[in-house]
Order: sequence, then C-alpha cells, then structure tokens
Amino acid sequence: MYRSDRITNWISHSFLLILAAGSIIPLILLLSSSFSSEASILKEGYSFFPKEFSFAAYEYLLTNSASILRAYGVTIFVTVFGTFVSLAMTAFLAYALSRRDLPYRNFFTFIVFFTLLFNGGLVPTYLVFTQVFDIKNTIWALIVPGLLMNGFNVLLMRTFFMTSIPEPVIESARMDGAGEFRTFFSIILPLSLPILATIGLLQTIFYWNDWFNGLVYITEPSLFSIQNMLNRMLSDIQFLASSNLGTNTSSAASQIPTTGVRMAIAVIGILPILIAYPFFQKYLVKGIALGSVKG
Amino acid sequence: MSEVTVKNLQADVQSLPVRKVNTRLMKLKRALPLFIMMLPGLIYLLINNYLPMFGLIIAFKDINFAKGILASDWIGFKNFEYLFSTRDAFVITRNTILYNGGFIILNTVLAIAVAIMLNEIKNKLAKGFYQSVILMPFLISMVIVSYLGYAFLSEDTGYLNHTILPLLGLDEVSWYSEAKYWPYILTFINMWKGIGFLCVIYLAAIIGIDQEFYEAATLDGANKWKQIIHITIPSIMPVIIMMTLLAIGRIFYSDFGLFYQVPMNSGAIYDTTNVIDTYVYRGLMQLGDIGMSAAAGLYQSVVGFILVLVSNYLVRRKSKDNALF
Repeated sequence: MYRSDRITNWISHSFLLILAAGSIIPLILLLSSSFSSEASILKEGYSFFPKEFSFAAYEYLLTNSASILRAYGVTIFVTVFGTFVSLAMTAFLAYALSRRDLPYRNFFTFIVFFTLLFNGGLVPTYLVFTQVFDIKNTIWALIVPGLLMNGFNVLLMRTFFMTSIPEPVIESARMDGAGEFRTFFSIILPLSLPILATIGLLQTIFYWNDWFNGLVYITEPSLFSIQNMLNRMLSDIQFLASSNLGTNTSSAASQIPTTGVRMAIAVIGILPILIAYPFFQKYLVKGIALGSVKG
Repeated sequence: MSEVTVKNLQADVQSLPVRKVNTRLMKLKRALPLFIMMLPGLIYLLINNYLPMFGLIIAFKDINFAKGILASDWIGFKNFEYLFSTRDAFVITRNTILYNGGFIILNTVLAIAVAIMLNEIKNKLAKGFYQSVILMPFLISMVIVSYLGYAFLSEDTGYLNHTILPLLGLDEVSWYSEAKYWPYILTFINMWKGIGFLCVIYLAAIIGIDQEFYEAATLDGANKWKQIIHITIPSIMPVIIMMTLLAIGRIFYSDFGLFYQVPMNSGAIYDTTNVIDTYVYRGLMQLGDIGMSAAAGLYQSVVGFILVLVSNYLVRRKSKDNALF
C-alpha cells in the first residue's frame, strides 16, 4: 500500500467520524434534556448528560396521554392511508402512461410533466382548498394538498414499468384473456415491488414528517398530528398548559415540566422512524440514487 | 390460426378507409380500462395543480370574498406596484437567491468530498455506518430540527449561551433577535440536514466509474490525490453539472421549513431570514394581505418557470440525455 493511500484512508476516517458525530450530537442533546429534571434545565441549561436524571416528562406524558395518543393516531392514520392511496394513484397513472398503445399518450404525459415546471404556489392553492373544496379543519387537509401524488414519482414509476417489464408479458396476459385490471394487479404489481417499496418509503417519511398542511389548514387541536402539536408547542409554550393536554386546572399548570415534556414529545415523534431506519436504510439509499436519475 | 394471419387481417381492416372511424372508436373503447386507471390521478392533478394555476389571476384582482373570487374587481398590476415599491421585494429576492446560491456551492463541494471519502473506506461495515449516520438528519422533520436549534440557541438555557460561550470567555448572545448570525446558522443547518442526501447521489455516480481507470493510473504511479483530480471528478462531472443546473432552476424556491421554523418566526431577524416563500405565507396567513401575497407568489412562479426552462436548455446543450425535456 502506498503511503499516500494510508494517509487518505486516515484522513477519510477521521473526517467522516467527525461528520457522523456532528449528525448525531444534536439528537443526543434532545434525548438528554427529555430525561432531565425541569429545575436542572432551567438552572444549568440544556446539557448532554442529565444533571438530575428524571422521568418526570415521560410520566407526565403517560398520565396526560389522551391528546398525545390522539395526535399519534392522527399521524399514523394520515401516514398509512395517505401512503396507500398515493401509491395506488401513482401506480395506476404511471402504468397507463407506460403503455405504448395508450391513445393521446403524449398529451397525458405532458399534463403530468408540466406540473413539475410550473405551479400556482401557496395562495391560489390555499384558496382552492378552502373556498372551492372546503377541507379546512378536516382530516383530508392533512392528506390531500400537495402530498398525495407528485408528477415526479409518476414519471419515475412510468420509466420503471417501461424498462423493467417486457411488453410480451403484457401481450401474453391479454392473449390469455386477462383484462387490463387483472393484468395490472396479478402481473404488473408483483413485478414492480422494488419501485413500489422505494416510493412508498419516501411517501411514508414525507407524511410522517409533514407539518405544513397542518400549519396552513388545521386550527382545531383534535386534528393535530404529532408534528403540528410540536409546532404549536414551540411557538406557544403556554399551549401545553392551556390545551386539553393537561386535564389539570390552570393553577396546576405551572408545575408542568414544559421543557422536558416538549423534548419528550419530540423524542417520541422521531423514535419510530429512527427505530425502523436500519431496516429501510438500504432501500432509502437506492431510492435517492434512483430519483436523481432522470425519469 | 397463426399469429401472422391475425395480424394481416387486422392490417387489412385498418387499411379500409370506411372502417377508420370505427377502428378509432374501437381503440378508445379498448383503452377504456386504462383511462379509468388514469382518472383518479388526473383529477388530483387538476385540483391540486391546474386549478391553482388558473387561480394565479387573483394577483390581478382586488380580492373580496363577499363578491367571490371570480367576481372581484380587476385592478391590473396594482398589487405588483405595491409589492415592488416596498423594500420587502428586494430583501426577499436577495435573501432567496443568496441563500440558495450559497447552499448550492457549499453543499455540492462538501457532498462530493464526503462521497469521495466514503468511497475510500474499504471496510464495508464502517462505510455503511458512516453513510447511514450522515443520512439520518434527512429523516428528521423541520419542526424537530427547530427544537434541536432551540436547544443550542435558546437565550437562557441554550447549550451555546450556557456552556460553550462561557467556556470561551464570550458574552451571551440573544440569537433569536440578532439578524447578523442567521446566514451562518441557516447555512449550517441546511448542510447538516442535506449533505447525506446529496452525497448518496454522488456516491452512486462514483461507484459507477470503471475501476480499470484507477488500476491503470496506479500502474502509472498516480497517487490517490492525482486519481481523485484526474479520474473521479471528471468522471462524475456530468452528474455535478446536472444536479447544479437543476438546483439553479429551483433557486427561486426555498425550503419553507428552514426559513420559517428554525428562526421561530422571530420578527427581529426577518432581514436575514425572510425569503419569498415565508413572505407569501405571512402575507396570506398572518397579515391577510392576499393581493400582495398572490403577487409575490406569481412573481416566484413566473421567474421560477423561466429559470427551469433556461437551466434545462443549458443541460440540453451539454448532454441531451440528462435534460429533463
């Protein structure tokens, strides 16, 4: 081995180690403060090792869990339902566009493609979803605007169908008398698991992490997702005390471990994704690399 | 009956002019299931993408909800005159372009450096570990990122003010009211969150390079550094150019979460944190100034559209395969 090789290897390891540490360290601060007692945070500030170890924040969450469980439920429902519908819509549209015998195929492809180039932006979108379709303060507001389907995924999936599924396969299914839907469900989908998994995974992450729709369309606390709850708590410390999170009366509100509780909710907000991360990491990397290649 | 005969028969039918209309109808009828499959997606695009495009006309109207959107009075370019007569228009355009421009340069350089280093790591386990950890911030929502930011920057309890600055013998800083620090803070956070994603893309490009180049270079006595400069970088140049041009095409659009959540919507630092997206949002949701907000939105959409077309034209000239269209 050349000397220069050893040096590059050494430099690479140390640089990447620092970078990896930098990626994790903020999360440790979050975790540590969720286990710190309120008094120690106020006195000593946030720190990487709890000065006074305390489960108070989590105990509080457990005893006042109604609205947190509700928010968790909202997040899970939106994520599961949204991802499922999103995948179905994307796959249907992409499959039809992938078929060379689709009449007016170029026109329909252009309709999808143009949405990548130009968009109306927030104000008209907001007016469409509040004035034309009144979805403000409904669960649909968390699912439909912006997130349900995007042209990029459709084109990505269409390319997959066109390049990975040989035309004779479809042809022979038709010869055997299978209708379009039968072909789609029993032949196309099983052959497309990689792309379905990739896009499904990205959609799941986007839905789980989305707070924007809630910020714009939801004012009713019972429809808050975890992200919206966190969002509201960060902007309004008193929210924790005033909302139905605490069933306590306002006199007891001052005893709520606000800082710790906020950090604890943030922790349980990312925990599911971090726990599942090692299992889907490989697919995520594949998905990102795939997305960068043009559709 | 052989397949050839069937095809010949079909060809005969199609060549008859009288039947032409009929066959077209038949074709459409046969494609009906495909149209049904497309329907939900197309309806969604109509509602979510195309209706708002037509809604852009409100930038030229004095919106009055009592009259309804369509019946509101036309006021021509008044909203734009107001918008560009304020200092806001300049500030948000400057911030948007400078931030995104800075992000493009810094993120690209760092991501390529990290990708090259990852590629140098021969130990599979270590390589996988580094990559997964560096990609982790990508999974964290901006709301939680703003919590992390707050844990460091909070005035009374933040880690910087409480631990780091006293250690260095510096005075406390009220981060959320001093505009001058935010260009650095936001750039740092953007890198922290985005490097992993970008470096996956560049690593994929590097892995695709033919190993024979490196073997030949090693035989010729080229060291690692020379190999990086003369083989790795030139080989991934098409990807770098494409990613950069795509980012330039999006330079008028910002990461709303980064500029809204992380500075905690603090008014004192708008001068360095306000971008077009946050301006439009605040105009719509907080100030109720729909006309101005819509004008700023249209300005963004149109300039953004032109930039996408220009950048695509440039990609196309470089390499047809990498162009979007």
